Amino acid sequence: MKLSNGKRLERLHDRYQNGDLSRRTFLTLTAAAAAAAGLDMPWMRQALAAVEEVRFDGWGGTVQDAIDKYAFKPYTAKTKIKVVQGTFGDEDEIITKIKTAKPGDYQVIHSSGVNYYIKYVNGGLTSEINEANIPNMANVLQPMIDPFRKLTPKLSAVPYDYGTTGIAYNTKVISPEEAKEKGAALLLDKKYAGKVGGYSDMTTRVWYAALATGQDPNNLKDMDAIWAKVRETRDLAKKFWSSGAELMDLLSKGEIVVTDAWSGRVAALQDQGHPIGYLDPAGSYAWMEDMLILKGSPMAECEELINFMLDPATAIAVAEGQSYPPSLDPTKVKLTEKIEKLPAFDKTGTMKSLTFADPVYWATNEDAWTKQWNRISKGA
Amino acid sequence: MKRRWTLYDPRLAWLLVAPVLLLLIFFLVLPIAVMAAYTFFTFVTAGVETSALTTANWHEFLTDSYYAGFLLKTLRVGAITALLCGVLGYFPAYFIWGTTFKHKWLLLLLLIVPFWISFTIRTFSWINILGEQGVINVALLKMGIISEPLPMLYNEGAVILGMLHFLLPYMILNVYVSLEGIDRTLISAARSMGCTSAQAFREVTLPLSLPGLAAGLLLCFVLAAGSYVTPQLLGSGRDALFGNLIYDTIMGELNWPMGATLSIVLFLVLGSFAAIYTRFMGMSQIVKGLGG
Repeated sequence: MKLSNGKRLERLHDRYQNGDLSRRTFLTLTAAAAAAAGLDMPWMRQALAAVEEVRFDGWGGTVQDAIDKYAFKPYTAKTKIKVVQGTFGDEDEIITKIKTAKPGDYQVIHSSGVNYYIKYVNGGLTSEINEANIPNMANVLQPMIDPFRKLTPKLSAVPYDYGTTGIAYNTKVISPEEAKEKGAALLLDKKYAGKVGGYSDMTTRVWYAALATGQDPNNLKDMDAIWAKVRETRDLAKKFWSSGAELMDLLSKGEIVVTDAWSGRVAALQDQGHPIGYLDPAGSYAWMEDMLILKGSPMAECEELINFMLDPATAIAVAEGQSYPPSLDPTKVKLTEKIEKLPAFDKTGTMKSLTFADPVYWATNEDAWTKQWNRISKGA
Repeated sequence: MKRRWTLYDPRLAWLLVAPVLLLLIFFLVLPIAVMAAYTFFTFVTAGVETSALTTANWHEFLTDSYYAGFLLKTLRVGAITALLCGVLGYFPAYFIWGTTFKHKWLLLLLLIVPFWISFTIRTFSWINILGEQGVINVALLKMGIISEPLPMLYNEGAVILGMLHFLLPYMILNVYVSLEGIDRTLISAARSMGCTSAQAFREVTLPLSLPGLAAGLLLCFVLAAGSYVTPQLLGSGRDALFGNLIYDTIMGELNWPMGATLSIVLFLVLGSFAAIYTRFMGMSQIVKGLGG
């Protein structure tokens, strides 16, 4: 959508009426806009050309397909703003690319929640969202917004969905009863040596080692025991996967019969008819994802896009498509039966049933633990 | 008085070579220099570094045996791959050179055909061949030869196989070009002087084709040792090579100073190897092998 001068003035007026702007500022900006319009020259029109596209980078696969189908395509049809898309398998990969690009080259990221939010903040990559431009944020679960606001009172991201990394297993090999009985210990079951998988990610590996050693993942006391368990899983594992597509490939082809897995990807496999079961063991790793606007992005257009994505009709369609519950508060927005049946769905809207990683605790240890995990994954 | 331009004027030579020199400076020397400078930067936290100079990264590399072990393993895998390429690549090259087939160009075209497909897709294709539900295992299981799928994927063998697939055309083309440069009358002369076919090959063809083989070995070794996609897709974590270590340090740990240090190390090691190799093999021989 081209933001015309009229639209900009309309927004200015809205902000004034909402009390975001003083009367003096409002009049100054209006006068400046009027003067600019009066002195409009052909070359200025080109220089001030409206944004015609927004760049989005996400996780690809079924998740991004759903976002594209139910959010981006209708958004483009409505606004004429094209959403140019890129994908990544690992968020660190996109952070590296952002670091080497000019501000504005990358704009909206489907980011992995607060743990990664800290990295963008530390790297000086975040923007400041004008929440008044995203009225649909009123429907977003407050417990999902709070952790972000603790890090930056002026948000750069809006929570969009959440899920868990639970245990996926091949039901032809492992019965649901066995899975339920063993829970997270399935990843350490010698019976499945050479048929075990896992996400090649420090947080997931340490989290599941914490569950295996009976420690609180947000307050680890015995790291030696943790690394010993991580090594144990490594020695039983056939392959640590590094993208959702690879996870689905390994499970569907029977290369692995048990792995920790992203709930939505497992739901997608189940929809395709694969004999894959899923369970969230006690203390299962819960995570949230957000739409993050990077510094240098066209803010008004990005905010408009996120507002569109958070519209209940859009967010529900995307959630059903990607098989992850939306960030919409179920006490404020009526969600569908399909969403209520999704793994990890919290009907209370408090998120108390889910265990999220404490962002500050994990950020404090991230560098050392990632280094150690990288070594262990390579046989150290 | 102004000097007039002559045909072999050194100024003309510099002028002609200037575009290439500039390209080399901007796209090779400068990036390497920037990387080298980065090795002395200070890592603060994931994705954040300062330009405060330190030798901590080099100190870590030189004192931590983890890195040396990886380097040796990478050189070993690179050497095995290059040698296998040499052994397996020589025969097709010899066949193409020696065949009387009218459309020899077609055979050469077949060598290049794999390059029309993305390298990543070619590597992924091995998963469908070597996997538990891959062609080989399914066939062997159906024939009753095995009762359990053979573990052929996600190990060092699969990594080397993937690299062979990728590198063999380079070796074959190098050897072929070298063979094409041999004066065939020399072989006829050897035969007329009583050599058997095998003796003529051993005494004439093989020695004269060595420059191409040597160039192919160097090329395959350097490319294999610097590889990171193949170990990532076809190997397990234990089969990672030095390139994967660099990738993880830069992309996973977001530790650019250490990643730059490891990159410079690999560059120096492979560069030194290439320099020593060409010193002993003779640069002219290598160039002859590469260029025909």
